[in-house]
Amino acid sequence: MTSPAGAGTPLVTPAPSQVERERQLYRRQRGRRSVTVSVVSTLVVVVLAWIGIVNTPGWAAVQQSFFDPQVAWETLPDILLGLWLNVRILFAASIGVAVLGTLLAVVRGLRNPVFFPLRMLATGYTDLFRGLPLIIVLYLVGFGLPGLGVFPRLAPEFWGTIAIVLTYSSYVAEVLRAGMEAVHPSQRLAARSLGLSHAQTLRLVVLPQAIRKVTPALMNDFVSMQKDVGLVSILGAVDAVRSAQIAQAEQTNFTPYLVAGLLFVLISLPLIRVTDAIARKQQQREQIGGAV
Amino acid sequence: MTDTTAPVLELRGLRKSFGDQEVLRGIDLAVHRHEVICVIGASGSGKSTLLKTVNLLEGIDDGQVLLQGEDISDPRVDVDATRARIGVVFQQFNLFPHMSVLDNVTLASRKVHRASRPEAEANARRLLDRIGLGDFAAAFPDRLSGGQQQRVAIVRAIASDPELLLLDEVTSALDPQLVGEVLDLVTELKQQGSTILMTTHEMHFARNVADRIVFLHRGEVVEQGAPAAVLDDPQHPALRAFLARVHAA
Repeated sequence: MTSPAGAGTPLVTPAPSQVERERQLYRRQRGRRSVTVSVVSTLVVVVLAWIGIVNTPGWAAVQQSFFDPQVAWETLPDILLGLWLNVRILFAASIGVAVLGTLLAVVRGLRNPVFFPLRMLATGYTDLFRGLPLIIVLYLVGFGLPGLGVFPRLAPEFWGTIAIVLTYSSYVAEVLRAGMEAVHPSQRLAARSLGLSHAQTLRLVVLPQAIRKVTPALMNDFVSMQKDVGLVSILGAVDAVRSAQIAQAEQTNFTPYLVAGLLFVLISLPLIRVTDAIARKQQQREQIGGAV
Repeated sequence: MTDTTAPVLELRGLRKSFGDQEVLRGIDLAVHRHEVICVIGASGSGKSTLLKTVNLLEGIDDGQVLLQGEDISDPRVDVDATRARIGVVFQQFNLFPHMSVLDNVTLASRKVHRASRPEAEANARRLLDRIGLGDFAAAFPDRLSGGQQQRVAIVRAIASDPELLLLDEVTSALDPQLVGEVLDLVTELKQQGSTILMTTHEMHFARNVADRIVFLHRGEVVEQGAPAAVLDDPQHPALRAFLARVHAA
C-alpha cells in the first residue's frame, strides 16, 4: 500500500514533554468535569419532567388509556403487519421520488431557451406540490383519479404511493437543484471540453457531486417521507396507523396508536443515525486542520 | 473536411463581444503542426476568450475557426465530437473531485471515444508513469499538490491524442516552486510533437519553448514572431509597455 501524501521516513514519536503531559492531565480533568455536569443536568431534567407528569390530576386515566402494556402486546401483531405495508410503500415511493425528483431537477436546470416551456412546467409543478398539503394531494389522487373511471380498480395503497411520490418529488427536486447549482461551473466546462455531451456531463460529473453535497438534506426528506407514509391510512389502506385505529376502536384504548408511533420511530432510527454519521464525515472532510 | 496540408488551427477575422464590449476584434492566426504558440498580453486583452472560442466553449460573433481546414464554427458541426479532438487545460486544473486520478484521465477515452476500460486504463497508467504519478492512480485529486493536479489535468487532456492542445495560463494558480514541473511537462510535449496554443505569463518559458509569440492587445494581434524578435525587439508601443511591466515585476 503506497501512501500518496507524505511518503517518506516513518516518524518516531518522542515521549511527550513535561509541558505536554501537564496539558494532557488538565484536558482529562476538564473532560471528566464536563461529562459529570452534563449527565447530572440531564438526569435532573428528566426526573423533574417525570415527577411533573405523574403528579398531574389526570395521570391515572391517561396512563390507563395510553400506556396499557396488555393492550400493547395484544395489538402488536396486527400493527406490525400494517407496518409491513408502510415499508413496502416506502420502498416503492423512494424509487419513484428518486426518478421523478431527478428528472424535475434536471429540467429546471436546463438553460437553453428552447426548453423554456418545459422549465416553466417543472417550476409550476414544484411550486404547486410543495405548497399543497399532503393530505389534500392524497384525497385528490386517492378519490379523484379513480373517479375518472379510466383506471382499473387499484388498491388504495397504490394511489397513496402515487400521492406521496408527487409531493416528495417536488421537495427532492429542489434539494437536488440546489446541489447541482453548487457544483462549480468550471466542472461543466472541463467535462464539455473533453467532448462529453450535456447529458453525459450531468450524469457523470454534475449529479454525482450534487448528490454528495446534499446527502444530509436528502436523508432528511427520506426520514420525513418514512413517517408521512402513515397518511395513506386515510384512503383506507390497512397500514400500521389504520391497524392501530381499528384496534383502538375494538379495545377503546389509545395504546395501539402509541405502539404504531414507537414502531415508526424505530424504523427511522437507523436512517437518522446514518444521516448524522454522513453529515459528520462530510464536516470532518471539509474542516481538515481546523479546531473549530 | 480534414485537410492534412492545412494548418492544424486557423482563425480568420474572429470577433467576439460581451455586451457592448468587443473582446476579440478580428483575430487572424494560424497554428501549424508541431508548433507551440504562446499568446501573451495584459489581463483583459482577450487571451482566455480566444482559447475558449477555439474550443467552442464560447460562441463567436463573426469570423471562422478552422480545425485541419474544417470550419468548426459552422452551426452544423457536431460540437461534442469537435471538442473531443481538442485538449484543454485550465488555470484552475478543474479535475473531477469525485473521481480517482485514473478515472479522471480515462473518462473521455471511455465515454467519448468508446475505448474499453482496460485499454483506456493501460494508456492512462502509461502516461501517469511517464510523469511520475503512477502511484497516484487510485488517489483522489484532493490528495495531490497543485503541480501534481495540473500535470494530471494535462495528462487528462492528452489521453485521447488531441489534434491540438490549448493551455490557458496553466501555471498561474501554482506556487512558484511548482511552476517548473508543469512547464517541464509542456516542454516534453513539444518535443514529442504536440501542437500547442497557450496563454502564459512565463516570459522565460515562452522565450525558450515557443516557436512563435503572439501579442494580444485590446482584442487584436498587434505583433507576432519568433520569441527573440518579439521579446528583445518589440515594435508596438503597447508591447514595449507590457514587457517593461513584466520585467519590472
